Amino acid sequence: MKLTLKIWRQESPTDRGRLVSYDMPDAAEDMSFLELLDILNQRLIKKGERPVAFDHDCREGICGSCGFMISGVAHGPQKLTTTCQLFMRQFKDGDTIVAEPFRSRAFPVIKDLVVDRSALDKIVQAGGFISARTGSGPDGNAIPISKKNADLSMDAAACIGCGACVAACPNGSAMLFTAAKISHLGLLPQGQPERKQRALRMVTKMQELGFGACSNHGECEAVCPKGISIDFIARLNRDYMVASALETMEPVKKV
Amino acid sequence: MELNSKVPSGPIEKKWEKHRFDMKLVNPSNKRKYKVIVVGTGLAGGAAAASLGQLGYEVEAFCYQDSARRAHSIAAQGGINAAKNYQNDGDSVFRLFYDTVKGGDFRSREANVYRLAEVSNAIIDQCVALGVPFAREYSGYLANRSFGGAQVSRTFYARGQTGQQLLLGAYAALSREVALGSVKMFPRHEMLELVVIDGHAKGIVVRDMITGKISSHVGDTVILATGGYGNVFYLSTNAKGCNATAIWRAHRKGAFFANPCYTQIHPTCIPVAGEHQSKLTLMSESLRNDGRVWVPKKAGDQRKPWEIPEDERDYYLERKYPSYGNLAPRDISSRAAKQVCDEGRGVGPGGRGVYLDFSESIGRLGKGVIEARYGNLFEMYERITGEDPWKWPMRIYPAMHYTMGGLWVDYNLMSNLDGLHVLGEANFSDHGANRLGASALMQGLADGYFVIPYTIADYLTKVKPGSRPGVDHPAFKEAEREVEGRTKKLLSIGGTKTVDEFHKELGQVMWEYVGMGRNEAGLKTALQKIPQIRERFWKEVRVPGAGADLNQELEKAGRVADFLELGELLAYDALMRDESCGAHFREEHQTPDGEALRNDEKYAYVAAWEYKGEGKSPELHKEPLEFENVHLAQRSYK
Ligand SMILES: Cc1cc2nc3c(=O)[nH]c(=O)nc-3n(C[C@H](O)[C@H](O)[C@H](O)COP(=O)(O)OP(=O)(O)OC[C@H]3O[C@@H](n4cnc5c(N)ncnc54)[C@H](O)[C@@H]3O)c2cc1C
Ligand code: SF4
Ligand code: FES
Repeated sequence: MKLTLKIWRQESPTDRGRLVSYDMPDAAEDMSFLELLDILNQRLIKKGERPVAFDHDCREGICGSCGFMISGVAHGPQKLTTTCQLFMRQFKDGDTIVAEPFRSRAFPVIKDLVVDRSALDKIVQAGGFISARTGSGPDGNAIPISKKNADLSMDAAACIGCGACVAACPNGSAMLFTAAKISHLGLLPQGQPERKQRALRMVTKMQELGFGACSNHGECEAVCPKGISIDFIARLNRDYMVASALETMEPVKKV
Repeated sequence: MELNSKVPSGPIEKKWEKHRFDMKLVNPSNKRKYKVIVVGTGLAGGAAAASLGQLGYEVEAFCYQDSARRAHSIAAQGGINAAKNYQNDGDSVFRLFYDTVKGGDFRSREANVYRLAEVSNAIIDQCVALGVPFAREYSGYLANRSFGGAQVSRTFYARGQTGQQLLLGAYAALSREVALGSVKMFPRHEMLELVVIDGHAKGIVVRDMITGKISSHVGDTVILATGGYGNVFYLSTNAKGCNATAIWRAHRKGAFFANPCYTQIHPTCIPVAGEHQSKLTLMSESLRNDGRVWVPKKAGDQRKPWEIPEDERDYYLERKYPSYGNLAPRDISSRAAKQVCDEGRGVGPGGRGVYLDFSESIGRLGKGVIEARYGNLFEMYERITGEDPWKWPMRIYPAMHYTMGGLWVDYNLMSNLDGLHVLGEANFSDHGANRLGASALMQGLADGYFVIPYTIADYLTKVKPGSRPGVDHPAFKEAEREVEGRTKKLLSIGGTKTVDEFHKELGQVMWEYVGMGRNEAGLKTALQKIPQIRERFWKEVRVPGAGADLNQELEKAGRVADFLELGELLAYDALMRDESCGAHFREEHQTPDGEALRNDEKYAYVAAWEYKGEGKSPELHKEPLEFENVHLAQRSYK
């Protein structure tokens, strides 16, 4: 199939950037989108041009490295699919496809399609953990967990930290990402002792980092490649409200 | 040089306990005076960095991805073994130890494997404590599944995303230490050189992948946990960035490389679709619990699978291995698939595939059960191939997957280079010539959570606190110059071929001659071809751009340059090991029914290779292997 790619080219964080058009006369249905970019890059290198920079690693939809806007949609048109798992059979001969980096205040562009998502790590560092020192846990079966809660916790834990939810949100909010972590841990008995502090710390950090507020657009859920449900945001809001009423935020402590 | 494995004396069940008592402890007030460099934050490095940070050491941790959460451990699907015996089906620490030694075809070090089995239970406890949402039964207790090479059900799992959940657990623990300041995290930093001063590993040189800045980091000891080298085959189930640079640079600086030829091919991957293929995707081995593997009996049979009647199908694993059937170990299943395809009975494009058929289990258990067990894998298969596996049986073919070989380490996980510790897939320690499913996650976490925190303390008691050199030490300056020189050289060749072209060429040679079946003539061909490719690489490669910003081609070029050296050592080791064992299958040595035929008299040793300089043959050092607890026997899965 013949396709036209319009790709955002930006030399550096300070460069203004622009869309550049490339003809791809030999795309095939069983190629992934990233494999098509590989082919383009091989061609650009041979011509003495600079190849397109894009983040990727596992290429099987689990590491969360890949991701950009494909014709205006984070990760592209196929539901529940990361960019690396998007195959060209989702497009038609003659299509023009626009690839642009995730755009959000908290994700500055580094180069071409590569953005800096380290703000997501900072949210986790603020409180997205259970403080169980190595060696301190009781026997794994000492704490039975209902299958229902374990399954729901796993639904939330499936988040790959790709940041598509942030990119899709008109406010640039990281609520879905944060809610997924809060719900994953908050649904487990092990996560209870730090539950309130976790909500206070993570939400506060999120605001500090320049992510916007949530006004229930639901765009995040629509693009999330792992199907993280927006219901988890309600859970986060509940945890945060309860925590704000009962506790004040404390810094993370060694012991 | 005499290789001392430092295995403690005494009965195998008591070795680790005794050793833990014999090892020295670091005075708590001295801990913060020691700095530990951890390269790699996958399961092994992430668990180690978090645990050492908790203990009070000053830790610096590095990874090449933009976040520690993305290490390739994330991609492990199937599960993690432990000897909990929650199923009451006869498991024990000794049985897990026994299965692992046997699965490794008697080429691993007994004492290490025993310790691995021994700490396996604590790993599950630790992961549960960290909030890993393992699968549960309706009772609320932990669920298990079966995996290849075992007759007990001892594998713990979190849907099809076990590696992800275990890694997110370690990453969360690590993030907490980062918040507390005990670990300093350097994402998007690639280690390009190891610095050795007077025989002691004292630090590393890294490149900041965003700014291109080359800088040195000094430590009292260095840990490499940088994963496997499967990408030497170009196509593999590894992530695109997985590389051997860290361990290869250490090897060039004196660390011995053990058993490089022990590389595992995984039987259940999605077959290659075409020229553009950039990596291969694993379909979890757990599928073999309910899927039946078959090909048509007749060569060249072009009928649709459902048009082929039962009696014209060959369920070859069930036929050849009645007691393990579709759960036969990986090396055996992979070779069996290659064999039927070589006979012209393969299915799908190019005839390089076999069916993995669920219709019988769907009939027996219902679609709902199969969907609950493997729904996400079915979706993934359909997304990639465009074929609906509920209608067509899946097509699978073996692919390069895991490397048992790695840097040589002693019982303390220290290499022959003093102060250099190696954890996880990067070392050679526990899996012998073949790894059993669900044991790599176990090993990574065992090394990181439960072994290195003890052994590193013992090592550090021998290092004077505050004695480490500064970054301006001449050895660091020299190493930085080397790295800069290499970068400049790669950028200045200005040839006509891309890095990927060379990588693919290397991969084809490796797969063809050093893959599933190896023989003397083929290995010699590989040993001729690889240096030629390497020579052309250094003359004809084109690496665009500059060194001073994000340059993904430059990153790849450095990695491929190292693969071009490692590939040769791998083929050489395969040639010198003139026996078959586990995944190393020398066609000259097989039983009448085509199984690997070991030669224990001559080859019951670890082959640890010493680097002797460019263009020189490496020198072999042998660590003899003794089997006192599991008796050497021909592996049988019939
Ligand atoms: C698809 C797949 C499925 C698997 N499924 C299972 C399973 O079900 N059960 C099981 O037990 N095992 C499984 N395995 C094997 C297992 O996942 C790995 O062996 C294990 O996770 C390796 O962990 P690690 O910590 O050693 O390395 P990795 O997780 O690969 O981490 C390597 C780390 O090193 C860093 N690094 C590498 N090179 C450099 C460098 N030069 N400079 C700086 N940093 C560097 C990386 O950034 C990363 O942080 C699977 C493997 C694959 C590929
Ligand atoms: S919630 Fe979904 S879209 Fe957001 S980071 Fe997680 S996986 Fe990506
Ligand atoms: S490259 Fe890992 S999720 Fe796409």
